[in-house]
Amino acid sequence: MTPTGEFVKNLKDTPKHVLGSMLRVGHAPQTDRERSQSSFHNLFLHVQSVRTHRDSLRFNYTFGLGLILTASFILLTVTGILLMVYYKPSTELAYQSLKDIHYVVPAGRFIRNIHRWCAHLMVVAVFLHMARVFYTGSYKPPREFNWLIGMGLLVLTLALSFTGYLLPWDQLAYWAITIGANIANSPREVTDAIGITSWFDPGKFQKQLLLGANYVGEESLIRFYVLHVALLPLLTVALMGVHFWRIRKDGGLSRNEGVPVKPAQIAGRDVKVFEPTKTYGLMAVVRGRTPVVGRAPEGTVPSWPNLLWAEMAAFFFTIAVTLVLSYFSDAPLKELANPMVPENPAKAPWYFLGLQELVSYSAFMGGVGIPSIVMLGLGLIPYLDRDPRGVGVWFGGPEGKKTFWTSTLFGLASVLALLTFTVNYGWLRAWFPTIPQMFIIAINPGTVIVALYVAWSLWVLNRSRSIRMSAIALFTCFLAGFLVLTAMGSIFRGPNWHFYWWPSQWPTH
Amino acid sequence: MHEKPSRRRDFLGLAAIWSSVLATGTAVAGMLRLPKPAVLPGPLRVYKLGDPEQFAVGSVTRLEAANFHLFRDEQGFHAISSVCTHLGCIIAHTENAGFACPCHGSRFNEQGEVTGGPAPTGLPWLEISLSPDGQLQVNAEGQVARGSKFRV
Repeated sequence: MTPTGEFVKNLKDTPKHVLGSMLRVGHAPQTDRERSQSSFHNLFLHVQSVRTHRDSLRFNYTFGLGLILTASFILLTVTGILLMVYYKPSTELAYQSLKDIHYVVPAGRFIRNIHRWCAHLMVVAVFLHMARVFYTGSYKPPREFNWLIGMGLLVLTLALSFTGYLLPWDQLAYWAITIGANIANSPREVTDAIGITSWFDPGKFQKQLLLGANYVGEESLIRFYVLHVALLPLLTVALMGVHFWRIRKDGGLSRNEGVPVKPAQIAGRDVKVFEPTKTYGLMAVVRGRTPVVGRAPEGTVPSWPNLLWAEMAAFFFTIAVTLVLSYFSDAPLKELANPMVPENPAKAPWYFLGLQELVSYSAFMGGVGIPSIVMLGLGLIPYLDRDPRGVGVWFGGPEGKKTFWTSTLFGLASVLALLTFTVNYGWLRAWFPTIPQMFIIAINPGTVIVALYVAWSLWVLNRSRSIRMSAIALFTCFLAGFLVLTAMGSIFRGPNWHFYWWPSQWPTH
Repeated sequence: MHEKPSRRRDFLGLAAIWSSVLATGTAVAGMLRLPKPAVLPGPLRVYKLGDPEQFAVGSVTRLEAANFHLFRDEQGFHAISSVCTHLGCIIAHTENAGFACPCHGSRFNEQGEVTGGPAPTGLPWLEISLSPDGQLQVNAEGQVARGSKFRV
């Protein structure tokens, strides 16, 4: 071949060669070996394992919630960067730039709607994901630590949502910052009550750290902006990385190990289950109980393309849902922030209204005390319930299902009864007007409901003699309480936080 | 005698580890000092209200931008903050019925004492003085005992 001919031939083949060099395998994989190689020769795909268990792909086990969360996070990052192009983090300009994004910027309104709906979807999915992991017992050893990482991601999701709705600098934003900063300041309620504020004031420290000043203003907005677009997303990416990595290292998604599985098929032949002939421990390859030791890839299928299909489905489901919602419903933008008049009622987005109901009893208990107790309780679950049975089975079996239903009933009934009582008869201060604040911090509807739930869970522990059942009881009660309090704050609270059956009954001015 | 060199090595190793921990800790602490503001920017919260005689005896004046209510009765002036002591919302005043907070339902009587809701303390009474040029002056950062009135 002449040099010119070779040149022309190479030029013609260039697209093929570029693709080949990019994919390393060079073409779409044909055999299982090539499918494996496609996974571990690709930076992004090698995060997931080469083969995936069939049960991990069952929709009615995971409902794709983890994938939906990942997809939402990606969508939020993309739309968030687009919004940053026009957003101006300044109290003078923020609101105007939001108006620009809404009315002037091409596709601005749609992108902002997607960002907002995706954030709501992420909050819903993070709660459902947590419930799924809990009720299938997926936090049990060796997955305890990943449960903690998941809790970190729950907190980050809520923190991202909170810092996000502050940025438009409308009425919702301004009063949410004010209330948030004062919740940070609320340990002062306790230090005041025992009279040590003058030399120990953690509340003031936290408030100044958040606001950068004693008053909500420019410094506060820039701080929340930095949290929203830099610090919190970076932490989220880091924790997501650890979360995914631990899923792999802890043996993939949890599943019921007791059920015999079909052997894996590799190149059309069954792969037999075999015991390891090598002493992995002596070779210092593994230490302790690593789930994949001693097992062949029974019950697995190649991740390429099976897992990729599932991921694509979840991703496009997320996109479809957010696009439809964004088309029909615009993200709200209230009036420009007015430090002189709060809205009446001044309500946070729905996922914080349960908390708002709790802070309406006591700022410290509702805003700091009870959330800390709940977080501590959730974090302890995998370390207290170490019984390895029932992993990968919904509610751990029929007994757990029964506990779930009775606890739902107890959780709903007790919180509803307590709220009915509070709405009708008021609370301690209504009967003893001069009661010291310390009593109200310690005994208010929020702490009473926590005490009732803990008592119920201890009773279940005693009766069933199973920590797992007791954990199901407590988690279910808290879920029921969260739902009822959220509904209470969203629907049944009107002006001056009074109780109303329906917003149409709210008094007009 | 055999163990001595190894002990010295242990000592040096530990010293190295702990000095790195100490150095990193100090550096992190130094960095974390940055977000804690040394200067607290904010509006000047001392308000000059002009000639005291423009406020009639028995009147209640809401000073919107300054977030307090100014009362004048036979005993003199008093100013009550309208920032709720619960979570910082702005309360509204109803004549002779006290104050109510729109956010979480705290209630206060005419004297600013808590009568209901989650507020931990009563509304502060603010410091009033007469400025050198004869104007009524309210310091919204300063607090006086409940019930103390200012006579011109």
